[in-house]
Amino acid sequence: MKAKVHVTLKNGVLDPQGKAVEHALGTLGFAGVGEVRIGKYIELELTDAAEKSKENIENMCKQLLANTVIENFDVEIVE
Amino acid sequence: MKAAVIVFPGSNCDRDMMVGIEHSLGRKPEMVWHKETELPDVDFIAVPGGFSYGDYLRCGAMSAHSPIMREVVKKANQGVRVLGVCNGFQILTEAGLLPGVLMRNAKLRFICKDVHLKVENAETEFTNKYSAGQAIRVPVAHHDGNFFADDETLAALEGNGQVAFRYCDAAGNVTDEANINGSRNNIAGILNEKKNVLGMMPHPERLCDTQLGGTDGKPMFDALVEALS
Repeated sequence: MKAKVHVTLKNGVLDPQGKAVEHALGTLGFAGVGEVRIGKYIELELTDAAEKSKENIENMCKQLLANTVIENFDVEIVE
Repeated sequence: MKAAVIVFPGSNCDRDMMVGIEHSLGRKPEMVWHKETELPDVDFIAVPGGFSYGDYLRCGAMSAHSPIMREVVKKANQGVRVLGVCNGFQILTEAGLLPGVLMRNAKLRFICKDVHLKVENAETEFTNKYSAGQAIRVPVAHHDGNFFADDETLAALEGNGQVAFRYCDAAGNVTDEANINGSRNNIAGILNEKKNVLGMMPHPERLCDTQLGGTDGKPMFDALVEALS
């Protein structure tokens, strides 16, 4: 089983990388792109059934995978 | 003063820090590898700059959970003075000893040059050999030095005198142009509430010797030696 974790910047936190990509897409001629925000995708393979609890994975996110000062995280468990 | 410098895999300012401390102290600090689980009996700990753990995940995120950091956090909470420079500052925020976070520089570029800093709080054991409002010249070398904290945290930092240094011009004016990396309120260095932990992006340890072009970093180490002897 796997957990899929998306780490994204909170609203209101500036994302200069996203801005640069947004600008580059415009330069390439893609006219209809609004704000671009860049995040991380982390895939965890869970070998111990006990680890798959959502609470456990959320603790992993809070302690290491995300910095909750600026980032939100979203956990999806895939059987 | 009994001093230690923490060394992580990927630290690259640990020797500069050692020499900077030695200039003021007259002897070498202890160098402590990050895998150690105990610190020697010290009253000053320096967390140096570099690219610990290759900046994996986020700058300082892995190092903040190194075995030795548990001890550093414990000592800091007991009042031991802790200085984090550059990557060391990032590590201290990730370890929860300082508020906020250091994000990618606003213009996305690595910045390596001398900058000016306005001494905002000159009443701490780190800064009392400077005068309040003084502009000092110190080098920076970082990609992720853009200090961010939410409005509430920022107001607390400002209200408690926890802002130690701000980016300024040569005359000491805190301007948008002088804000090299997009930090909120031009913040270059902050203290914890008890003022025994200082984190800063610029490198005072790199400017402690006239042969290196200046000595504006030396008063910080002189002040610590005086306070702790």
